Amino acid sequence: MKSRRLTIPYIIWMLVFTMIPIVMIGVTAFTDKKGNFTFEPFEKAFVYSNVFVKSLIIALISTAICLVLAYPLAYLLTKMRKSSQRTVVMLLMIPMWMNFLLRIYAWMILLQRNGPLDTALSLLGIHGTYIGNTAAVIVGMVYEYLPFMVLPVYTVMSKIDPGLIEAAQDLGAGNASVFGKVILPLSIPGIISGVTMVFVPSASTFLVSQYLGGTDDIMIGDVIDKIFWTDENTGAAISLVMMVFIFVFLVIMNLFGDEEAIA
Amino acid sequence: MKRTKKALCVLLGAVMCCSSAALLTGCGGDEIGKNGEVNIYNWGDYIAEGQYGLMNVIDEFEKETLIKVNYTTYDTNEEMYNKLKNSNDNYDVVVPSEYMISKLLREKLLQKINYDNVPNYKYINKRFKNLPCDPDNQYTVCCTWGVTALVYDKTKVKSKPADWNALWDKNLSGNILMINNSRDAMAIAMQTLGINPAEKFTKADVDKATKKLKEQKPLIKKYVMDQVFTEMEGGQAAIAPYYAGDIAAMMEENDDLDYVLPKNGSNLFFDAFCIPASSKNKENAEKFINFMEKPEIAAENCKYLRYGCPNDEAVKLLPEDIKNSELTFPSDEYLNKCYIFSDVGDDIYAYMQEQFVNIQAE
Repeated sequence: MKSRRLTIPYIIWMLVFTMIPIVMIGVTAFTDKKGNFTFEPFEKAFVYSNVFVKSLIIALISTAICLVLAYPLAYLLTKMRKSSQRTVVMLLMIPMWMNFLLRIYAWMILLQRNGPLDTALSLLGIHGTYIGNTAAVIVGMVYEYLPFMVLPVYTVMSKIDPGLIEAAQDLGAGNASVFGKVILPLSIPGIISGVTMVFVPSASTFLVSQYLGGTDDIMIGDVIDKIFWTDENTGAAISLVMMVFIFVFLVIMNLFGDEEAIA
Repeated sequence: MKRTKKALCVLLGAVMCCSSAALLTGCGGDEIGKNGEVNIYNWGDYIAEGQYGLMNVIDEFEKETLIKVNYTTYDTNEEMYNKLKNSNDNYDVVVPSEYMISKLLREKLLQKINYDNVPNYKYINKRFKNLPCDPDNQYTVCCTWGVTALVYDKTKVKSKPADWNALWDKNLSGNILMINNSRDAMAIAMQTLGINPAEKFTKADVDKATKKLKEQKPLIKKYVMDQVFTEMEGGQAAIAPYYAGDIAAMMEENDDLDYVLPKNGSNLFFDAFCIPASSKNKENAEKFINFMEKPEIAAENCKYLRYGCPNDEAVKLLPEDIKNSELTFPSDEYLNKCYIFSDVGDDIYAYMQEQFVNIQAE
């Protein structure tokens, strides 16, 4: 009885800050300016289907790159001495203490024409444009969200019982099969939470593409931002569609996770 | 141990005495807040607050009137509108642009100003009185004005551009920045097409402008607002349309930059002090507006902002270089060629915004 009473503040919190806003977004998405029921906002939202697709692709690529970069790092981290582990984790966290916009600004300066990267590569005889394209947006995203991938994977991996690895070795497993049959399957929960933590915010982010992308790199977050100026109904509809996409993605991820855990 | 405890007690006692003394003096005497408060909701970065050795206008007002100022800022007219319409926050002074004033008046969100309490209104140049959005001048006191102009990099643009058509110049492909704001972008496109944005235009006109902007998109490096500063100052782009006062600031940072006032005129915009209908401190709001229109205060703001100052007496106090700058004060002949963006109504405005997003999303 007592424990139930303790949950009341959280239930109120969820109601006020999660449930009611979602219902409000839903209502706004299905009404017109005068408050009548209509599907019009959704018709308008699907004008931007190419932007939806592009945002999801950019988010997927960024997530994949984050995973490829973060997984070996997390694995190596667990092999280090405890004190070095702490230092590296700390170093990963420090950039996150700085304002998000400042970090994107820094990337803008790094990648711009006659910026450090351009100057260095020009000396080697390579000339190109490094900003104002989709690749720059992805670089920004990966930089932004890499720690969110490293930390969960590392946390889960460092909890793997060394006894299990020793047991596998005793039973004659080589390094490859220890990794493939013990470490990888046991780290799946970390991968899933890492992927979720990177994919969800990167699919709906805005500003990164405004700063690092070109004219074709507008993302759905930017569209929502702009359309809300004058048309909150369409803005709400786009947000709702995005939520459905993300929800589907998460369901798929979780299915994948369970299967792996069973196998 | 005991001794440290005693020392601690003494220290605590001392601290408490001091703070209560401070509290007492806080209550009595000539303290800020004695004459109530005023809630100002203004554009970000829009007044002199002690930057570059200029006056801190807010502090000055508080000292003079003993009215406490609660100062908050916004980035877009729309943000301000949403706050005014949907939140319970009380604001006593807002500073909308002309088209937003029309909208706020239509929705009865502003109240009449008692001009007897704003004697400094007499300094306002008559060009900025009885504006189209407030023809009988009952609700507004103009605070700043300006025109849009072109800024270009002399090292990248060979001959001085004449008008907005330079933004469609194929030779500058990949080096053109376009303003990321539907009203200004559409107005520029309309002007190049010979549609007058000062008159009530139709959805068909918006469609034509949209088509023109779509033609421009492949040539553009980026759609920008504030980023125009880093782009142009850092020599990252060749040409951009922006607000003339800001161009003056950019030119101070980069000697390669120059400006053009488009020869057929451009957009004349202005922002004005208004009092929301929900204001609870109307008299303090009027005091604030009057203070801001004091010549020496308005001059100080203009020195910081470099936007046009409608206050004739204030202009006299400005240094020669600002007074003679064509960017801050275009000539009267030029202003006569400029248009004031018409109040197109919510429908067309929303349509314009939607089309502008579509251009970028395509």
